[in-house]
Amino acid sequence: MTNLAAVDVVIIGGGWSGMLMAKELAAKSSSRIVVLERGKPRNPKEYIEGMDELDYALRYRMMQDVAKETVTFRNEVKQKALPIRQFGSFLPGDGVGGAGEHWNGMTPRFLPDVFEMHKTTVEKYGKKRLPAGSTVQDWGITYKEIEPYYLKAEQLLGISGLAGNPMTGPRSGPFPTPPLKQTYFGKLFTDASLALGYHPYPAPSANLSQSYRNPDGVIRPACQYCGFCERFGCMVGAKAQPTNTLLPVLQKRSNVTITTSAQVRRIVTKDGVATGVVYVSNGKEFFQPAARVVLASWTLNNTRLLLLSGIGNANTGRNLTHQVMGAGATLFFDRPLNRYMGSGSSNMTVSDFDGDNFDHSQVDFIRGAYISSPAYGARPIANFGAVPGDVKATWGSEWKKAAVAAYDRTARLGSSGEHIPYSSNFMDLDPTYTDILGDPLLRLTLDWNENEMKIHNFISSKIETIAKRMPVKSYTMSPALKRYDVMSYKSTHLQGGTIMGSDPSSSVVDPRGRHWQVRNLWVLGASTFPQNPSGNPTLTVLAQTLMAASAWPDR
Amino acid sequence: MVRRRHFLKLPPGGALLVYSLDGEPLLQTPAGEVQVPLRFFTSDEAAIVEAAVSRIFPSDDTGPGAKECGVTLYIDRQLAGPYGRDRYRYTKEPFEAGSAEQGYQGKSTPREIYRTNLKSLAGLASLSEAEQDNRLRAIENTAFFRLLRQHTLEGMFCDPMHGGNRDCLGWQLIGFPGPYMSWANDIDRHYGETHRVKSQSISQILNRKVVPWEELEP
Ligand SMILES: Cc1cc2nc3c(=O)[nH]c(=O)nc-3n(C[C@H](O)[C@H](O)[C@H](O)COP(=O)(O)OP(=O)(O)OC[C@H]3O[C@@H](n4cnc5c(N)ncnc54)[C@H](O)[C@@H]3O)c2cc1C
Ligand code: SF4
Repeated sequence: MTNLAAVDVVIIGGGWSGMLMAKELAAKSSSRIVVLERGKPRNPKEYIEGMDELDYALRYRMMQDVAKETVTFRNEVKQKALPIRQFGSFLPGDGVGGAGEHWNGMTPRFLPDVFEMHKTTVEKYGKKRLPAGSTVQDWGITYKEIEPYYLKAEQLLGISGLAGNPMTGPRSGPFPTPPLKQTYFGKLFTDASLALGYHPYPAPSANLSQSYRNPDGVIRPACQYCGFCERFGCMVGAKAQPTNTLLPVLQKRSNVTITTSAQVRRIVTKDGVATGVVYVSNGKEFFQPAARVVLASWTLNNTRLLLLSGIGNANTGRNLTHQVMGAGATLFFDRPLNRYMGSGSSNMTVSDFDGDNFDHSQVDFIRGAYISSPAYGARPIANFGAVPGDVKATWGSEWKKAAVAAYDRTARLGSSGEHIPYSSNFMDLDPTYTDILGDPLLRLTLDWNENEMKIHNFISSKIETIAKRMPVKSYTMSPALKRYDVMSYKSTHLQGGTIMGSDPSSSVVDPRGRHWQVRNLWVLGASTFPQNPSGNPTLTVLAQTLMAASAWPDR
Repeated sequence: MVRRRHFLKLPPGGALLVYSLDGEPLLQTPAGEVQVPLRFFTSDEAAIVEAAVSRIFPSDDTGPGAKECGVTLYIDRQLAGPYGRDRYRYTKEPFEAGSAEQGYQGKSTPREIYRTNLKSLAGLASLSEAEQDNRLRAIENTAFFRLLRQHTLEGMFCDPMHGGNRDCLGWQLIGFPGPYMSWANDIDRHYGETHRVKSQSISQILNRKVVPWEELEP
């Protein structure tokens, strides 16, 4: 093992959270900072060559190499966990920029009561309404506290949006750029939702509606609605990505080094203090001593590295959540939609049935979901083949004829729902399977419970109401939620494992991301979220990182 | 190991462009039949696959199908490459049967899956279309058929650099333009009206060769 020269801060992971922390800390002082990223550097100029559905959307060319490292999965403890041999349900990132290079750019804020879900639910509905076995708890911060950091994060990325949505929290400042343009499908959804008295709003978007210069002087152009957005890097840089938003600033800082191909295996501690990290690069092992360690390697590896390093407390690994995504409908229209055009966040959303935006005293579940009209660009391998319910064939001439006719006349309404935590859903180390270096894989024990199934049913009925108001020829509702499976893509919004809170006995890190026991260790990212709100997490990850940086102690 | 050369035999005429993308020689028999060198399948296997994918995505009055788009050659190249040997899967032991929710846990690589399952379709190529449909209907609920159907869609609609979707015929069939650079001036126009352009591959748009993943990681 090679011992390297000590630095002030070592950051594990070069995605949104790690790179933003590096930028903030480098601006504050002359501390020497090293970012260790297991993947390769990226050249966004080449993203234009990556507009290829097969390699990027189906074979995951930009994502974590599953052959080297995966996680194991089971629904419940009495099963044996088996490795996820091909990613499906979620798609971990890899390389400089992490998953932030190939995300969709949907950037809502969380609803205000999300941060105090336990308190507000109990106050309004009583303790007995918390589902059996659930472990809902408050974040230790409030919406009011995080709001200024939301605004700062929005200004950093140039978020496009329309203020005034009565279903979302108050804003202390405007969106930096106006909302994206809407597709025909988005308009049909908007018209139907308005007719029903709902509040359709454009999804806040990190894909810019117009060219924007951020407070760091970084300029990005407008989105071209190319339709190769989710799972692809943006060829023009309209989508905010760590490489086009943070890297240009970091590259000018002489006190920051980004080391790629550096797979961190352990955080080393002595007498309750972190002394540095051990990483492997091209088969060689290095020890990087550091005065402070920041863990920013996303939900799964944040949890895994703490467990592998023997750091932490009884709370490490708990409150694993994903998102209730399945409620939806496939709609068949008379008129063409030109749906090859689109962007990762050029959708309309209805938040009227999200969170506690509607009264839950007459229903038998808590929380909800937002409904949306995705217009990502209907790439053909994944999207061709849907046919109206009266066509039973799935191959051959009859099916082909119907599918060709339906291809540009089909769209899906979707939703994104909250997932509350349960003691039965958690992460620990797998006893059998290892990664390519021989370290135990992380094991997920995860299933849906009644509350999620009820949200799913309820939201499905609302989606059906909207579908009926749209000029459709026919529609097919998605099936009811059953057991959690690892094949169908939901989102890459896994959360929990290193949750934050104001009480050291029930959380892993404090409300500023600082580890309760190892005080010179910080953990950033959605692994710190005690439960899973419906909203896409990254804006909150960024706001939380800014909050942690602003509370960073001088000594 | 040196492989005896195997060919996919195609009827005379047309169909040349994509096959020469490989830079491999195309052989023409005296009868005008075109023989395309195969990388993974044997000639017999390729004939079975060609028959099967042509029934899954037929060439008919709706437009071109798997035959014209080069689906069999697409699958042949995928199986010969990293995908075929399971480069994109976690393949550590032990392999154990799991629940449906745990996903595919089999040990077989895509190459092995094809090799084994094509045996049970022996003779398919010489049957009538109706008989072929019957044979396929008998296996339509198997994992192998689902894979074959998925690969057919990939071969129909992938970027032509992968060997399928020849001349962008698959895209043209359904009105998918390919990776155009900008729809910023169109996105909120043409509401309810068809807006179509000539489909183009990424190499055509950039006017240079783009290397697919299978060629970077042989
Ligand atoms: C297809 C897709 C679409 C998405 N769309 C949206 C969206 O619309 N809106 C939204 O809010 N979010 C979206 N997300 C999620 C979003 O990408 C993540 O929330 C965000 O990237 C998280 O940032 P992070 O820094 O926590 O983690 P990552 O971006 O995952 O970065 C973590 C980095 O750590 C590195 N790393 C991991 N382990 C180690 C180790 N042991 N040693 C060294 N380095 C390591 C990884 O290689 C990676 O680069 C999407 C994700 C995907 C995949
Ligand atoms: S849709 Fe817009 S933001 Fe997304 S990749 Fe294309 S140009 Fe970039």
